[in-house]
Amino acid sequence: MDILFLSRLQFALTIMFHYLFPPLTIGLGAILVFMEGMHMKTKDPQYELMAKFWTKIFAVNFAVGVASGIAMEFQFGTNWANYSRFVGDVFGSALAAEGIFAFFLESGFLAVLVFGWDRVSAKMHFFSTIMVFLGSVFSSIWITVANSWQQTPAGYKIVGEGLAARAEITSFWAVVFNPSSVDRLVHVWLGAGAVGAFFVMSVSAYYLLKKRHVDISKKSFTVALVLGFLCSWAQLFSGHHQARVVAKHQPAKMAAMEGHFHTGTGGAPLYIVGHPDAKTETTRGLAVPGALSLLIHGNTAAPVTGLDQFVKEDRPPVALTFHSYHAMLGMGFLMMFLTGIAAAMRWRGTLFDNRRLLWVFVFAVLLPVVANQLGWVAAEVGRQPWIVYGLLRTADALSPVVQAGQVLGSIVMFGIIYALLFAVWLMVTDHKIKEGPEVGAEGGRSEGGFLKTAGGLKAKGSMTEAKE
Amino acid sequence: MDLNIFWFVLLGILMAGYAILDGFDLGVGILHPLAKTDQERRIFMNAIGPLWDGNEVWLVTFGGALFAAFPRAYATMFSGLYTAFMLLVLCLILRAVSMEFRSKRASPAWRAFWDWCFFGSSLMAILLFGAAVGNCLRGLPIGLDGELRIGFFGLLTPYPVLVGLFTIVTAAMHGALYLILKTEGDLQQRIRRWTWRLFGFFLIAYLLTTIFTLVAFPRAVENFEHHPWAWTVVVLNILAVANVPRALFKNRPLEGFLSSAASIAAFVFLFGLALFPNLSVSSLDPAASLTIYNAASSEKTLKIMRLIAFLGMPFVLAYTAVIYWVFRGKVEIGKFSY
Repeated sequence: MDILFLSRLQFALTIMFHYLFPPLTIGLGAILVFMEGMHMKTKDPQYELMAKFWTKIFAVNFAVGVASGIAMEFQFGTNWANYSRFVGDVFGSALAAEGIFAFFLESGFLAVLVFGWDRVSAKMHFFSTIMVFLGSVFSSIWITVANSWQQTPAGYKIVGEGLAARAEITSFWAVVFNPSSVDRLVHVWLGAGAVGAFFVMSVSAYYLLKKRHVDISKKSFTVALVLGFLCSWAQLFSGHHQARVVAKHQPAKMAAMEGHFHTGTGGAPLYIVGHPDAKTETTRGLAVPGALSLLIHGNTAAPVTGLDQFVKEDRPPVALTFHSYHAMLGMGFLMMFLTGIAAAMRWRGTLFDNRRLLWVFVFAVLLPVVANQLGWVAAEVGRQPWIVYGLLRTADALSPVVQAGQVLGSIVMFGIIYALLFAVWLMVTDHKIKEGPEVGAEGGRSEGGFLKTAGGLKAKGSMTEAKE
Repeated sequence: MDLNIFWFVLLGILMAGYAILDGFDLGVGILHPLAKTDQERRIFMNAIGPLWDGNEVWLVTFGGALFAAFPRAYATMFSGLYTAFMLLVLCLILRAVSMEFRSKRASPAWRAFWDWCFFGSSLMAILLFGAAVGNCLRGLPIGLDGELRIGFFGLLTPYPVLVGLFTIVTAAMHGALYLILKTEGDLQQRIRRWTWRLFGFFLIAYLLTTIFTLVAFPRAVENFEHHPWAWTVVVLNILAVANVPRALFKNRPLEGFLSSAASIAAFVFLFGLALFPNLSVSSLDPAASLTIYNAASSEKTLKIMRLIAFLGMPFVLAYTAVIYWVFRGKVEIGKFSY
């Protein structure tokens, strides 16, 4: 099989798997900070109970995120050596900042967050929670900056020629604030907030339907609903703003996302649903005339750059970009609709009696998770055939010495281990959810109520058993 | 100090930090099968429970810093050693998973499965690290095109395997010294006995590795001629190693642990000095070796990153210290444990 295809497949597999976890870490992190903050402020023990419960789920999620993240970092070198040589100088500063400011912060304070409830004061614990959340936010900044530089390179110069060419940094701040980084970062954060919110709403709705932990679930659901509503609706504005940046800096991607083949002289239509055919260069479907021009240029008659402005080998795959982008949009609108209805019903006090809507929310967690994935598919596939837009082609970015067989072997390995990892993550998270907030220790031993068990079994106590 | 040397030294510090910190938790993984009961195994895992994740970050940061400061070396080594790195990723993921999931179910088969995964992945990861160090010292077939071409089994020649075994016993001893700090009573007495034995194995491996290195790769000590002060590190290293049995005998476990940590730092230093100024020696043509100059990022990048490192490192060291302080003392299995 073709090594380029295999390497891209492997990257897609590992990054998509990895990206299941970090958004939940960020979103849930924000919710944890809020719950613990409310506990500090109101001294309401329910908030503490909630924070402790969600921390357990957060920890499992975090561990899987770290484990799959190591694979990501190694992979740039193993599979994309020429890419690493090309971007190393520019990414260097961002990576150094991520390592020093984000990774150490997150993983260090995670220990206190998860294991430190009875070892440090409440204030110190709250501080640690904030630090873990900040760490995950910092981490998202640097990785999004690096990816945005691949979309809209800035602050660099090219040194060397042909295959030996590489980008060298000329301005750190121009790299950090490249044309797309701020918009994309906001989009990523809102996506993460939505995942965290819908996840908490899903679990809380499940408890409410099962009539378990009712008070706590109502509270959790409300907290998450506020976040979910804000994120879903803000995403509309963030997405619109970002699309204009794409239209300006990556017109081929915009054209592919909208299935817009022919520039023409008048306004461009916006397809609500449809299917683009790259062979015949036509898109069929339900369209609003002039709407794309209106959104991009603020004028229904202004022409939008079509794919015909690019030679064939510079065009991204149209169908995949179009469909992932449109499906993401559809899910986004559905999320706005759902949180809108739920917020209105919560306002009127009827939300928690509506079992049908609660059931919808149990499964609605899939919406933001899938929308995040699809958004990245549109962003990355839409950038093709470039790995760094306009500068380095994906086909030239591979490792020259790596064989197709090796890549195939590692795909199989990742496939198996990720399937295992995912199955176990599901199982353990499911187990924790079914166990619920009140029950204590992992081993199922909880003597003397929730707080009494904090000291737990002392290791000393069982030393006698070891003697036999 | 020029910028390239600064980054070489900083990579050395990150590597030493990783070797000392993840060294003890990988070591605990190797000793895991020696724990007899389920309770003991939980104590082992929880001894490193809150810390392994932070320890592994040193490796992640080392990888990131190598990518950032010396992208050509990062690209050549990682793509040339493809299979080895994939195996390492497999081990690190399996290890994380085993710890996270082992105690979540009561079934003995479930726990035994993850116990063996934990042991196997820890052992394999250390062997890979050691073999990587051995191969760097021995030299790798890097061509003038900057590419490294070697099969996976070409990496497992006697010298790298010997260094791998040396790393395994060092980590096991280091892990055992750590466990003495974290356990009590009968279990602690048993670990103390293993530590004595491990120290014996360590001495044998230490001598064999030193002799093999000096005989086969005299290049490794060439830098001592230009930097005679480096001999003090050798002397300090021997003192640190000698202090391990003394501390064990006098029943000062913290001192023993710190001594083995110091000797690991010294080994990393000696490894760095043997390589300097190369990052990876070519066995085909000295001109093809990747050095801290021909593999480096631009001066501007190295400067920006130095500033970032200076801003960030004090915080990292401060809260690493705070976290180790919070989790000092004996292991207690509680409701937040693995």
